[in-house]
Amino acid sequence: MTAPLTLYGDPSARSSLARGETLLKVSDVSLSFGGVKAITKVSFDIRKGEIRAIIGPNGAGKTSMLNVINGFYHPQQGEISYRGAARARMKPYQAASQGIARTFQNVALFKGMSALDNIMVGRTLKMKRGLFWQMLRKGPAMDEEVAHRRVVEDIIDFLQIEAIRKTPVGKLPYGLQKRVELGRALAMEPELLLLDEPMAGMNLEEKEDMCRYILDLNSQFGVTIALIEHDIGVVMDLSDRVVVLEYGHKIADGVPDEVKADPRVIDAYLGVAH
Amino acid sequence: MFYREAGQFKDNYAADRAVFPILQDRIGLGVILLAAFLVVPLLGNAFFLNSIMTPFLIMALGAIGLNILVGYTGLLSLGTGAFMGVGAYAAYKLTTSFPQVNVLIWVMCSGFFAAAVGAVFGLPSLRIKGFYLAVATLAAQFFLQWSFVRVGWLYNHDPSGAIQIPARTLFGLPITGPHATPLTQYLVVLSIVVFMTLIASNIVHGRIGRSWMAVRDMDIAAQLMGIRLLPTKLLAFAVSSFFCGVAGALMVFFWLGAAEPVVFDINLSFKILFMVIIGGLGSLIGCFLGAALIHVLPIVIRMLPLGGDAAMVEHLTFLLVGALIIFFLIVEPHGLAQLWRLLKQKLRVWPFPY
Repeated sequence: MTAPLTLYGDPSARSSLARGETLLKVSDVSLSFGGVKAITKVSFDIRKGEIRAIIGPNGAGKTSMLNVINGFYHPQQGEISYRGAARARMKPYQAASQGIARTFQNVALFKGMSALDNIMVGRTLKMKRGLFWQMLRKGPAMDEEVAHRRVVEDIIDFLQIEAIRKTPVGKLPYGLQKRVELGRALAMEPELLLLDEPMAGMNLEEKEDMCRYILDLNSQFGVTIALIEHDIGVVMDLSDRVVVLEYGHKIADGVPDEVKADPRVIDAYLGVAH
Repeated sequence: MFYREAGQFKDNYAADRAVFPILQDRIGLGVILLAAFLVVPLLGNAFFLNSIMTPFLIMALGAIGLNILVGYTGLLSLGTGAFMGVGAYAAYKLTTSFPQVNVLIWVMCSGFFAAAVGAVFGLPSLRIKGFYLAVATLAAQFFLQWSFVRVGWLYNHDPSGAIQIPARTLFGLPITGPHATPLTQYLVVLSIVVFMTLIASNIVHGRIGRSWMAVRDMDIAAQLMGIRLLPTKLLAFAVSSFFCGVAGALMVFFWLGAAEPVVFDINLSFKILFMVIIGGLGSLIGCFLGAALIHVLPIVIRMLPLGGDAAMVEHLTFLLVGALIIFFLIVEPHGLAQLWRLLKQKLRVWPFPY
């Protein structure tokens, strides 16, 4: 597979952080909804260029953690710093403009639009022409449209969804919808990509394909990836480091082999003998 | 020649993103435009132009405005009639205050007033959706209609309480007022509607249209793509109201000639909304099909030799139109535009089954 040429074409758009430096740091974050504590004093970091897995049993607070990172939820306590700067309370679109993209656990595509248009929406932040040129749809507006279409076509090539680019996404099978959603997130050329269960409900081949895309993204473009996944085999094979949550608390953090051997993790997944 | 896309290869992205990528579609559109600009004026009589074609085009323009809001952005509005009224009253005030400026300029400018008013009444859309938003836009409907009655300045304190459109000319040809012929009025309306439909088509096929549809389909994901909900929704309200406002101005200036506030009541809002729903949400062609069904069909049925007295014909018309609306909605809940799409899909492989 040849590398897309236009995606991540402009190196100046990327942050100056070197691979291995801390990209995102979560310190002592607590989040509660009324009396329900979703996350309690969780701290971890995501380093530039790594694949970081967040695992844990159902209801452990993994998705809430992602929602905190991209600004849907605002934690009551704790601090998040991104690219070395502490982050103020922010809105999701601000997170998007800082280079944080995300896919959802249950596919959140724009159902009425084609796969191509869905991915084009991912380019919204990079398109600048205003209402006047949009009304004419000629000259600069069309040039811009075509330039971004070229990037989107590279993404479509990368994800091997050429055949379905004009199909309304509502009509696509689930595995392909997940792939289009990944494409839409990629179109933002994110620095940090949050994947919420990218392989849920997929068969073995689809999972293998998805793993390959994630690894390619990480190695070819240096995208930092934080992923939530229940398939432990996949998590252990893919990720550089794993953080384990249970009932909103962090119970383990480290390289896959450490985490696998941690007795608290084994207890959390298999239960404790009483 | 068959309706086929076989052999029509696109070798650049601009051609691929064209609104009508298939040659036969473009030919069809050209034929329709040619008929509208040449055949209809040559063959149509005054009644046909003034009672069928002109209002049909104006209603279609209003439906395009509402469709931008309801069909493309997913925001339900019942204030269309009032926004059309804003356009009509704005154009009236402008042309009576500054008669030396051409009336067409004021008709287009009236859209900006409607856009501003629409954006203000669109503010609740950030917090509420669906039927609740529809009820909130009812406030616009009632408040604005009340203003048209109570604020005398809007109708120049005319004792009748109505706005009377003064005579205005274009290149020396009367286009409004009693001396304007239905033909010139039809051509003016046709030109404006074609121009604005093109603009609407360009907007909805570009970045802005995609943001609207993204907000409609999944607003949470849209925010994550960097789309800010409030500006996007307000822009939809403003653009939508612009189209409605121009439609309202055209309605009074080139069709009715005079209007009381009651013209812009909630019935007009409903009428336009039904056109959008029956025509097809999120489709520009649907707006024209919907306007044809709701506005033109009753007139055509009334002209059919059904027999009976006038009241009987009137009742029969209601009956038939109602039955047809139900029929079309059962056949295709997504509107006439979807039927049209399915028909084209079938035509593509005709005479083979697949």
